Amino acid sequence: MSADAWASSVRDRDRLLHLLQEYGVYAALTLLFAVAVGLDTSFLSVSNVRIQLFQVAPTLLVALGMALVIGTEGIDLSVGAVIALSAAIVPLYLGYGLPLAMAIALLLGAVCGAVGGAMVALTRIQPIVATLSLMIGVRGLAELFNGDSAKPVTDSALLALGSDSFAGVPLMAWIAAGCALLAGLVVRRTTFGRQLVAIGDNRQASRLSGLPVRRVLIAVYVLSGVLAALAGVMIVGHGAEADPANQGLTMELSAITAVVVGGTPLSGGRVRVLGTVAGAHFMQLIAAVLTQHNVPASYTQIIEAAIICFAVYASQERGTR
Amino acid sequence: MVEQDPAPRAERVLEVTGVSKSFAGVHALRAVDFELRPGEVHALVGENGAGKSTLIKVMTGVYRPDAGQVYFAGQERDFRNPLDAQAAGLSTIYQEVNLVPLMSIARNLYLGREPRHFGLVDVRRMNREAARTLTSYGVTVDVTRPLRTLGLGAQQMVALARAVQIDARVVIMDEPTSSLEPREVETLFSVIRDLRRRSIAVVYVSHRLDELYAICDRVTVMRDGQVVHTGEMAGLERLQLISMMLGREMSTVREQGSTAFDTDRHRTSHGRPALRATDLTVRHRVHGVSLDVHPGEVVGLGGLLGAGRSETAKAVVGALVTESGSVEVDGRPIPHRSPAAAIRAGVVMLPEDRKVEGIIPSLSVRENISLAALPRLSRAGLVSRAKQDEIVRLFMDRLRIKASSPDQKVRDLSGGNQQKVLLARWLCLNPKVLLLDEPTRGIDVGAKAEVQALIDELAGEGLAVLLISSDLEELIEGSNRVVVLKDGRVVGELGGENLTEQGLLDALAATPAPAPAPAPAPESKPAVDGALHHTHADDREHLPASGPAEDKEDQR
Repeated sequence: MSADAWASSVRDRDRLLHLLQEYGVYAALTLLFAVAVGLDTSFLSVSNVRIQLFQVAPTLLVALGMALVIGTEGIDLSVGAVIALSAAIVPLYLGYGLPLAMAIALLLGAVCGAVGGAMVALTRIQPIVATLSLMIGVRGLAELFNGDSAKPVTDSALLALGSDSFAGVPLMAWIAAGCALLAGLVVRRTTFGRQLVAIGDNRQASRLSGLPVRRVLIAVYVLSGVLAALAGVMIVGHGAEADPANQGLTMELSAITAVVVGGTPLSGGRVRVLGTVAGAHFMQLIAAVLTQHNVPASYTQIIEAAIICFAVYASQERGTR
Repeated sequence: MVEQDPAPRAERVLEVTGVSKSFAGVHALRAVDFELRPGEVHALVGENGAGKSTLIKVMTGVYRPDAGQVYFAGQERDFRNPLDAQAAGLSTIYQEVNLVPLMSIARNLYLGREPRHFGLVDVRRMNREAARTLTSYGVTVDVTRPLRTLGLGAQQMVALARAVQIDARVVIMDEPTSSLEPREVETLFSVIRDLRRRSIAVVYVSHRLDELYAICDRVTVMRDGQVVHTGEMAGLERLQLISMMLGREMSTVREQGSTAFDTDRHRTSHGRPALRATDLTVRHRVHGVSLDVHPGEVVGLGGLLGAGRSETAKAVVGALVTESGSVEVDGRPIPHRSPAAAIRAGVVMLPEDRKVEGIIPSLSVRENISLAALPRLSRAGLVSRAKQDEIVRLFMDRLRIKASSPDQKVRDLSGGNQQKVLLARWLCLNPKVLLLDEPTRGIDVGAKAEVQALIDELAGEGLAVLLISSDLEELIEGSNRVVVLKDGRVVGELGGENLTEQGLLDALAATPAPAPAPAPAPESKPAVDGALHHTHADDREHLPASGPAEDKEDQR
């Protein structure tokens, strides 16, 4: 009798934990939003929502690429540096028009990703080491292109990309939403997406099943690089200046946080795109609420740390023993 | 069958009495007695899951026994961990060398007991003594180099030298020769003989029978967690040793005539083989193995643990790097060697280790089945859900895969159903050649019978099947002919009326030819007892509908 009760309470706990893992981030996001509005109704004002969207869009783009990489049991620490490289490159080619400048920035992002991916896939260097070296090298490269000082950007097309809206929603947010939609489609419905997840879950079995493991791994890092470069272009457009020494700093950490809070396990084998979207918004909202209520930045960081720890704890897979 | 030994307790340096150990209800050891005399080299043998490793771990303090005692040097001991055992004089050299690869060779040798000079490590003395010690073990190297720059064999020598130096009274060697070259094996043996002279006892675990007969004084045979025999090595027939390891009754050895040609041999030799592997060589594992498998034929691959059966299969599909050899499918060579290329050519392999090499645990049954076929089920990179569902439904029905739905995660299925999912993954590719590595290991009796019936059915449909099984009955009843491997070489082939348990045991026990022939083609291979045996599809007995008693269920 008591054993039954104990067993059923264990079952209840497991079910609760499962629900928390699956839907926790959405519940937390809703709750936080409600609290934010409850504390200050002006939070719902159009201008505030727009500010939040402007800030979350680049992080979300980078986090999407990061989610794919983490799905393969990897990690990409070079994204912040790729943002800096992108910021350094764009002003150099703006004279030829935004499309060309952007294309070159994205191409360089792809090259960075390909280098990182090749290190991971071909030489089997651990992802954290491969992309760490890339992070250092690429940021150095960015500063080499740009010099130390920030450069103002005046190209009207780029400024429009960074601050204009369509149907009341910032262009940047539209682009990020489009990319999220695409990422979801890729993961769920394409051969590439399914192979990516399988490789993350069991690389050895995937290889023995004839999957193009190397090609998929390289492609994933390329995607991450391209998305980071796109985020870099947006950041330059929104800030109206190119500052490779500061732009994109610690972006890799924000992206990883968004992915982890969104419930994607670091052990690979699963990519949660919608969760990543929610995770990015959640972290943005936390920072915004605390800042708006004059909580010192140091406390904000400590609170964020606690959230990350809890998210990782909750997302740990528990064996069915 | 355990020999009564009159020697008093003091005559045994290590003794284990009535030791039992179980894991999650599965008995790994059942009332095991084992004793080791000073200065003897004692072989410990048994197949996978026999309990050798568990016994070693109980003796060295890695595990605590559920029941029973461990005596060391006449005293009952309860080692808390391997370090404790090592301090008492019981050293173990594991298969994977347990040293510090980045430290210098000398430091590894003296780790934890470095010679000191005013409280600091006396590096010069350490290096000097290390060099002298290792030279006596046949290793002459610069001892200041990091250990990892040594070959695996030399590393093992360092491990051995270290074990002996720590005033060991007992040295346990787990598969010490698995990564050694023949010359290094000789050095190892001379070191062991030296140990014997110094009254240090050695427990020698190996699957290579030749080595056991070359170096060991006594032998203990384990099977299913029990000791089935302890006795002198000399005078023990190979055949008897093998039948004890495998648990087969030794009946009278039937002498095979040397002219037992199979009259219908041309019927299978006709036509092109679906799979022809020629002269496959994998470093240290497989030496010039050649195989033919014809359409509709099931060729068994026989051999003891470590004979190179799985490695041969993996070499065929390109999962292991081969030093030489080629693989042809329907007469066309597979261009580059990779699993993907083999699959494109129509050769697929069901791996031995289902969990590590087979299933994608957190993906669904649907995705696991369609994994290898994804490109064929897609258009422009988009997976067609309709086509995917069609194939998944087809194979879930055909193989009777029991899952709550195609969306159930594959890790939640039973072993038998996981195995069927993996079979489905391959069958939906319409392969020409199917390599099955232990297809029924660790699955329940019902699923086992179903898988066996399926193998028969597939061969009937014209698939070429290579079957690896440690279950002798399965191997003999399921195969048209059996190619016997030993130490990575083909040592014989059984077919027709010679394909019996006894014939297989004989082949496994056969002493190797002094100079192993460079893998003759299967048709002309001298089979066991000098006979040439061939068979054809019609000879094949059908597997019984209900499989033999499950004796290997989750022993691992």
